[in-house]
Amino acid sequence: MLAQEFLGPSIDWFALSPYLMTVGGALLLMVVGALTPLWPRGLYAGVTIAVSIVAGVLSLLVWDDIADGGATTLVAGALARDTFAQFLTLTVLVATILVVLVTDGELRGSDGDGPEVYALLLTAATGAMIMGSANDLIVMFLGLETLSLALYVLAASDRRRNASQESGLKYFILGGFASAVFLYGIAMLYGGARSTNISEITTFFRDTVTVGRNDALVLVGIALLLVGLAFKVAAVPFHMWSPDVYQGAPSNITAFMASVGKAAAFAAMLRVLVVALPFHRDDWRPVVWVLAVASLVVGSLLAVVQTDVKRMLAYSSVSHAGFLLVGVEAAGHRAGELDAGSGLQSVLVYLMLYGVLVAGTFAVVTVVARNHEGDTGLDAFAGLAQRRPALALGLTVFLLAQAGVPLTGGFLAKWGVIQAAVDEGSYAVAIIAMVAAVVAAFLYLRIMVSVWLQPSPEGVVTERVPAMTGLAVTVAVVITIGVGVWPDWLLSVTESVSTYAR
Amino acid sequence: MSAFLAAAGGPELAFPVLSMLVFVPAAGALAIAVLSRRRPEYMKLTALLASVFTGALSIWVLQAFHGDDGGFQFVSKHPWIETWGISWHLGVDGISLFLVVLTGVLFPLAIVGIDPHNDDPARDKPYFAWLLLLEAGVMGSFLSLDLFLFFVFFEIVLVPMYFLIGGWGYEGRVYAATKFFLYTMIGSAFMLVSILATVFIARANGLGRITFDLIELAEGADFAVSTGRWLFFGFAVAFAVKVPVFPLHTWLPDAHTQAPTAGSVVLAGVMLKLGTYGFLRFGLYLFPEAARWSRSLWLTLAVIGIIYGAIAATMQKDLKRLVAYSSVAHLGFIVLGTFAFTSQAITGSVMQMVNHGVSTGALFLLVGMIYERRHTRQISELRGIQHVAPIFAAAFMVVMLSSIGVPGLNGFVGEYLILIGSFLTARWWVVVAATGVILAALYLLWAYQRVFHGEPDEENRTFPELRWREAMTLLPFIGIIVFTGVYPKPMLERIEPAVGALIEHVSDRTGYVEPQPAAVVPADDGADHADDGHGEEG
Repeated sequence: MLAQEFLGPSIDWFALSPYLMTVGGALLLMVVGALTPLWPRGLYAGVTIAVSIVAGVLSLLVWDDIADGGATTLVAGALARDTFAQFLTLTVLVATILVVLVTDGELRGSDGDGPEVYALLLTAATGAMIMGSANDLIVMFLGLETLSLALYVLAASDRRRNASQESGLKYFILGGFASAVFLYGIAMLYGGARSTNISEITTFFRDTVTVGRNDALVLVGIALLLVGLAFKVAAVPFHMWSPDVYQGAPSNITAFMASVGKAAAFAAMLRVLVVALPFHRDDWRPVVWVLAVASLVVGSLLAVVQTDVKRMLAYSSVSHAGFLLVGVEAAGHRAGELDAGSGLQSVLVYLMLYGVLVAGTFAVVTVVARNHEGDTGLDAFAGLAQRRPALALGLTVFLLAQAGVPLTGGFLAKWGVIQAAVDEGSYAVAIIAMVAAVVAAFLYLRIMVSVWLQPSPEGVVTERVPAMTGLAVTVAVVITIGVGVWPDWLLSVTESVSTYAR
Repeated sequence: MSAFLAAAGGPELAFPVLSMLVFVPAAGALAIAVLSRRRPEYMKLTALLASVFTGALSIWVLQAFHGDDGGFQFVSKHPWIETWGISWHLGVDGISLFLVVLTGVLFPLAIVGIDPHNDDPARDKPYFAWLLLLEAGVMGSFLSLDLFLFFVFFEIVLVPMYFLIGGWGYEGRVYAATKFFLYTMIGSAFMLVSILATVFIARANGLGRITFDLIELAEGADFAVSTGRWLFFGFAVAFAVKVPVFPLHTWLPDAHTQAPTAGSVVLAGVMLKLGTYGFLRFGLYLFPEAARWSRSLWLTLAVIGIIYGAIAATMQKDLKRLVAYSSVAHLGFIVLGTFAFTSQAITGSVMQMVNHGVSTGALFLLVGMIYERRHTRQISELRGIQHVAPIFAAAFMVVMLSSIGVPGLNGFVGEYLILIGSFLTARWWVVVAATGVILAALYLLWAYQRVFHGEPDEENRTFPELRWREAMTLLPFIGIIVFTGVYPKPMLERIEPAVGALIEHVSDRTGYVEPQPAAVVPADDGADHADDGHGEEG
């Protein structure tokens, strides 16, 4: 008989309920969906959206608890229970709902319809939420893999198109490599800090004085973690996979990658750099600076020379990653201090708004692509305004917002990031970012020219807009313009995200 | 400074007339957007109603304006984004008053005076919606007293203008529209960073909190000399592109030439003034030291612009392009007056902003009418129009003379004030700039001669005479041209107190003493100069 009884950690089940909800939803869809014949129209999506909404409500309730009780950690320090995690969870869920609406519009009635895609979307969303909430690097890695593995399959989910298979395979091989690098980074950091727990890592570096910069293990670990994360956020020079994968994957899945995938990766990056490694901020901040500038410049320039809209959006997403990195860099100036500045907040707000924008953009792309047998070249968009004025208007709102035109959510997002950077005195990177935004604006103008100013070619059938896709576009437009005109509530709500658990 | 502080409160009205100036056109645009596409006849009507109502409001502001008050009036201030210290803060003073009125008057005329060349009547809908949205944006830019708000409006005007040029312009419209959008946006990129830096540095130097309020920043913040210069530079790039100051002007001929007539009228009439107005309102007011320090640069660029614009205009084969280049020259005068730092010169600049809006706006209308009739803008293809359309030619003549700056018409008063006011502080620049007046006569009269004189050939013999609707559109322009030319006093009286307050602010901040003209009549009555000059030249 063992002398000691095994004591499990006390578990706050309620704080875990959003994750359990989405996992439960995925299991339900998978198991019940497999045992029953094809469900009636839209039911898979309906269940997925209901699950996401319930998870979102639960997350808001947890947020309420945090406002009363303060940030804590869960399950013996494995997960963080703070507004940062809840806000990211909400971001992921909002983007997931939009993507599910588009997916329903895309799949309903086709032979690809079934519970699998929805179950995978919920699984991926859970992984993303875990990444943003992880307070332990191993847990973060689990979240990363949950998200990534689901995404590999989703990228290849369009069985009829070879490009989709190719995209899935490419993503799998390169993503697996990046995950390995990330894991290796964790191992190195463990060697230096003797823990994988973020709270313990921070405490260790606070209490330990390194003499003569004798911390090669830690620095190598940080470098490897950064490479792994930079791959996931598609920052230059680790962006090579993104145009091919974005182009090949079904458009609704691309929307998911660009919104949820990016949000989760950036949340993880903030957790690793700002929360876990504030005492090494002078080591990692210059690297982030370089990544930011490279992503801004290369992303914007390469976006302009593309001819395929999905590839354009892939490169523009690289440029957006550059913007987000500007915010991370700003957060790095005062990481770990009591008055941490607004860098972290600006990144999270950006992720939320960009998630909505990009989901809306790809919703329109889905509609156009299907009308042209998967072709998403610029020519496929010619004259869209003549055929579908409302859809064209929606796309225009998203593109203008991505270009950073005022009174849209996109402007607010950019303003927040630049504000954080200027507050820290990073003028150079702020100016580079704004100029890169102008270069990127040329790309959005190119799409708009095609949509509005080119005549619709002879014999092009008017696009069929599924009701659910239309709904997704409408919701995204309302959020984009609503937040742009009246942003105060979002800003005051997110003020508390800088007081994260540690 | 005291004048500004005292006036910052201004007479507050229960009726938010300035907010209405922004919201009425915006609401009109929205109304058009929701109107059925199958009823194109309502589009123009709605646009006209909204713009006429806005114009009436602006004229009401003009008559209710207290002329002897140099501060902001009709101020309306409401918190907008409190987290960031941003408020919906509008106000009008002598500098912005006439630009607001000009905007209010120009839009209905542009809407009623000339139709877009639409093959498909359904395309009326977006055209008028964009035009009204543009009006809301321009109004907002002239009225904003909050840096964030100003930036929002300054940026937002790009979108409707882009679509107007791109959608209803001529052959090279997509290129021109894209160029216009990107050029202006590059400038704004610098301004955005500068605005944010201004706000954060002001927090550390004197204000202690974050606010985007223009008056609070200008009065409360204390920038180090080199900091102020950097910040000013950020703003200046944006305004210099918008004006446009040589060598950033290359977007302008393309945009003007390719834009639909109403677009050109608005672009020349009010949008270019966003740049010169920005220099006065945000450059000189926020960063007086930096503006003083960099004045030689701006004066030089202004003079280069005057001469270069005039020479380039002389060489043009396309009538519309000629007028576009003449804008470069005219705006050079305005920049010259702005950076001369005397009450007379700045008053002249403000007045010239309005004058240029009226006369160049009218010129673009006339060129648009020529194009509608002959489907060409090439000077070489037009000849002898005076013989077949004498009234049309007379109208063109009056507007053109105003643009040249002939005494008795409005252009003269502004240009003369700028030149005489700048003479004390920028003598040699004025000497060169004055030759620009002669060049203006050269390129415009030569163009007139080639287009209107001579024997009309086969194609020009059927050139239709001015129609009633066109005449009624041109009449207000000509009325303003003659009235302000003969009797500029009421206008100058309202501009001068605000300019005086601005100069006083500059003096307070930099210790600059405005040189008083010894030999000339006292500066309190600009109308007298005009009359004097009239006598001398006549």
